[in-house]
Amino acid sequence: MLSWLRRNPTIIAGSAILVFFVVIALIAPWIAGDPLGFDPLARLKRPSAEFWFGTDQLGRDVFSRVVFGTRISLIVGVSVAMIATVIGLLIGVLCGYYRRVDEIVMRIMDGMMAIPAILLAIALITLMKASLLIVVIAISIPEIPRVVRLVRSVVLSVRGLPYIEAAVSTGTRELRIMSRHILPSTIAPLIVQATYVCSAAVLTEAGLSFLGAGTPPDIPSWGNVIATGRAYFQLAPWIIFFPGLMLALAVLAINLVGDGLRDSLDPRIARRL
Amino acid sequence: MTAYILKRLLAAIPVMAIVALFVFLLLHLTPGDPAAIIAGDEASPAAIASIRQKLGLDRPIWEQFGIYVGNLLRGDLGTSIFSNLPVLTLVKQRLEPTLVLAVSTLFVAVLFAVPMGVLAAWKARTAIDRIIMGFSVLGFAVPVFLIGYLLIWLFAIELHWLPVQGYRPLSEGIGETARSIVLPAFALGMVYMALIARMTRASMLEVLSEDYIRTARAKGATTTAMLLHHALRNAAVPIVTVIGIGLALLISGVVITETVFNIPGLGRLTVDAILKRDYPIIQGLIILFAVVKVLVNLTIDISYVFFDPRIRYS
Repeated sequence: MLSWLRRNPTIIAGSAILVFFVVIALIAPWIAGDPLGFDPLARLKRPSAEFWFGTDQLGRDVFSRVVFGTRISLIVGVSVAMIATVIGLLIGVLCGYYRRVDEIVMRIMDGMMAIPAILLAIALITLMKASLLIVVIAISIPEIPRVVRLVRSVVLSVRGLPYIEAAVSTGTRELRIMSRHILPSTIAPLIVQATYVCSAAVLTEAGLSFLGAGTPPDIPSWGNVIATGRAYFQLAPWIIFFPGLMLALAVLAINLVGDGLRDSLDPRIARRL
Repeated sequence: MTAYILKRLLAAIPVMAIVALFVFLLLHLTPGDPAAIIAGDEASPAAIASIRQKLGLDRPIWEQFGIYVGNLLRGDLGTSIFSNLPVLTLVKQRLEPTLVLAVSTLFVAVLFAVPMGVLAAWKARTAIDRIIMGFSVLGFAVPVFLIGYLLIWLFAIELHWLPVQGYRPLSEGIGETARSIVLPAFALGMVYMALIARMTRASMLEVLSEDYIRTARAKGATTTAMLLHHALRNAAVPIVTVIGIGLALLISGVVITETVFNIPGLGRLTVDAILKRDYPIIQGLIILFAVVKVLVNLTIDISYVFFDPRIRYS
């Protein structure tokens, strides 16, 4: 395990940054003030010893809001990755295994993939009352077809191999073939895919909140903080830069872990990219 | 050739049918009364009833779908709830800035990314390669609004070289338009550049290890001729594919970029529709963007034939 990690410096760098963010999210109440508390006397203050990241137009401390925003981004990233991979895995295995299901489901997936992810999410959010759960669902749905395609292609490539034929000929039940013989070969590429889904979700949540179609504005997410800074950009660029920088760092960290896992788990893809 | 194109065109029809069905069902399968949600929290029952009637929600569902598809086939994307204008008219009004932005972004991204990828592959595992690949990793991570605001801050606020925000239409002269679109195109193009550069490098690396490259060199082909004529042309299919996939990324980015730079295009139309909960506009834009995406994929499939004649026969 240790020597494996040593050969993958990108995984170590990425995980280190992620651990940092997880710790920040866990100890947020102890290192930051009230993210909703405002002080009308301290509006649009530059970053200083008192306000590390400055204050916004209501006199709210941007540092506190960014620290609490870490929680939202991590929750969204992890939940979307889990929901999209689990559902995508189920549909993908069924599609790869049953040809008749495949015909219909893949057409639906093609249609879903033709819709730009952000527009699909916007449509869902406009039609429902905004909440963190709705945001997570709205971001998960457009990610599912990509996972399905990946899982399906793996299942199709494994299906014809002799050991599956052997399992079938010894009378193994279908459910057992799927879970014991086919599922394991999807895990490596699926983990890699999950990291990319996770970073895309973090970016999409911030983008949606920035546009005013994401997490409800009273929740301090990075995208919401950036959205409040939009009108005051020339006066107070720090409202946008600090959460933006955190966002970039978080996405970079997740991608680094993903790239590292891809190179070490799946040499076939590593050669392609 | 014609048969190939025809087959591709036919394959696009079920995809669009699914998109239409999906967009239609979205409105009906979401929990709660869609008319009440679109009308907002403080709407009077009369306002809700009026929206229900406007959207045709009072008719049986199969009839609604029939009318919807019929309208789509006649090019009617629906009618805005608030302005009462056809969505297609609104789209036409906002089309130019978005088209200019998309084309400039595509141009900027390909112009920079392909040479970067070729250079990285040619100088693989050197410092140049590492810098280019490092840039590509960063390009994937930095969100478009951060790049956008950084560019505005540097080139408009600090250096005063370019306008801060806004769009100047082509009717005011192409120079003015170019000045207003440079920063947005680079901001939006960053992730796209990262994607294309990465794929160009990977595809070139694969081709450069082929025997015919060694033959070309042995014949005395210059490095430039070898890289561009022998290698890049054979590496083109995956690069063209990824340019197409990237266009999907671009569509999502357009909405955010137009908001950052205050460009009155389709992205702003989307955002205004979100704020007013004008669902028919969003519905119409989804159909429109899906058509664009399907057409782009179609163009790419057909362009393969020109890059790789072998595909014609398979």
